[in-house]
Amino acid sequence: MIARRLGVFGLLVLCGAALLPLQIRIQREAAAAHFRKTDLNLDLRERVGQMGFLAALSGFRSPLAAFLWIEAHTAWENTEWGRMAGIFDTVTTLQPRSLLYWDMAAWHMAWNASVAAMQDEKQPSEALRIRAQRQYFELGKELLERGIRNNPDRYQLYLQLGVLLRDKFEDHCGAADAFLMASSFPDAPPYCRRFAGYEMAKCPGREREAYDLLRELYLQGESQRLPTLVNVLTEMEKKLDIPESERVEQKP
Amino acid sequence: MKSLRGTWAIGWNTFTELVRMKVFYFLLIFALLIIGNSAFVAKFSFQEQFQMLKDISLGAMAVFTSLLAILATANFLPKDMEDRTIYTILAKSVPRFSYLLGKLIGILLLLGLAILLMTGLFLAVLWLREHWVLAETRAQLAGAPAEEVALAVREVTAATFNANLVPGIVIIFVKAALLASLTLFISTFSTSGIFAILMAVAVYFIGHLQATAREFWLAGVDIQWWTRVLAAVVALIFPDLQAFNLTDDVIAGVAVPTGLFLQTMALGGLYVAVYFFLAAIAFAGREL
Repeated sequence: MIARRLGVFGLLVLCGAALLPLQIRIQREAAAAHFRKTDLNLDLRERVGQMGFLAALSGFRSPLAAFLWIEAHTAWENTEWGRMAGIFDTVTTLQPRSLLYWDMAAWHMAWNASVAAMQDEKQPSEALRIRAQRQYFELGKELLERGIRNNPDRYQLYLQLGVLLRDKFEDHCGAADAFLMASSFPDAPPYCRRFAGYEMAKCPGREREAYDLLRELYLQGESQRLPTLVNVLTEMEKKLDIPESERVEQKP
Repeated sequence: MKSLRGTWAIGWNTFTELVRMKVFYFLLIFALLIIGNSAFVAKFSFQEQFQMLKDISLGAMAVFTSLLAILATANFLPKDMEDRTIYTILAKSVPRFSYLLGKLIGILLLLGLAILLMTGLFLAVLWLREHWVLAETRAQLAGAPAEEVALAVREVTAATFNANLVPGIVIIFVKAALLASLTLFISTFSTSGIFAILMAVAVYFIGHLQATAREFWLAGVDIQWWTRVLAAVVALIFPDLQAFNLTDDVIAGVAVPTGLFLQTMALGGLYVAVYFFLAAIAFAGREL
């Protein structure tokens, strides 16, 4: 009886060893496909508590993230921006491949929390209000940048980063790069490349690049010839002193 | 042929016995959970609603099938011994191997049906929510250009069902099948159902850390020898359950590469086979 049990145990170990190469291969392929990127460390353990960490360890990261997201929504209704930032950090750590969480978290911080900070009646100093507002902009940017690091294979967060840099930081060069990066994905909508052109046109020193890009889009056909594109392109032509004969919309 | 028929008869009998035990009442809880969740999250944006519905539904599917696999399988042998039905079956020249295989087939049928029913329920709720959101979107955009409406409709449909969910659900079934086979193996040398359940639950948790132990063992970092031996023991004895956690990423909209999916399926199949054969060997030598 004992000999049989020892034999079974030995077989179990042997089978475990035989399955190791397949396990390692799966782990490598999963990492290459950006699967299971969650870093289950002590920091997360402190944030989600023992039961939450146990759930995350047991493969229930997504339901846990959903419950925390509901908590973040309650914090939003109570305008508890600091608490929201903490929950967003946890949710995005639990579900780093969910674009929705990164996108919404960044939007809440850079748009909602920043406006609330600027209108904070409890803070009489305008300088401090502006500082708080900038901090929330930065928080939104950091979230999107972390999101991109976790999802380098998808265009959506590059697009959102471009919008954030354009609308909140007025960093046209950075926004152009982000939009350009988004447009490099085959499934990106066509407006990403147009947005890149518009922002590039406002970036000092990149006017020629912007002109080339916008002209290329213009020549693609009617679908790209939107009023904004035509206006920006015309402006670029004037700025770069493009000969009349080469201009896209020549005067009659 | 006769043995195969006998195995199938045991399998079918096990399945009907489990169905008669009203285990499908858990579906009511599942339905309440997803319908309740669906109503509760109505205040969120439609993307958030669908994300949460998928999170909760697939998470609940994983919990219920894992629990079902462990709890139902752990009681097979102790119950059959207590009822003395095992002696009647084995006395009728049914090999022990066929008996165990029949039991495994029975639980796999039950798990398959449970997954199918839960998937059906989940898809029905998802479909209803999608139509509700679509109707709302169309009403809000009444009078807007057709292109704008089409874009909004596309956004809604993209956030609901996508084919990526299918491999995620299949992997949930494979993981449950692995747990059933593992519990069957444990129950062949355990003395009671509770012991088998406790052991299976412990293996479930440790199995999710197996990949970490394996990395620790194989990374060759500067650790003490006994720590490395411990990590090696965990890596060799326990199944790598973390490999079956593709659902979290599938819900996030990531497509599972075909190669990864097939290899994970193969790993699951191998685990089921290994634990079953080990169970058969252990059961063959057990004094009844």
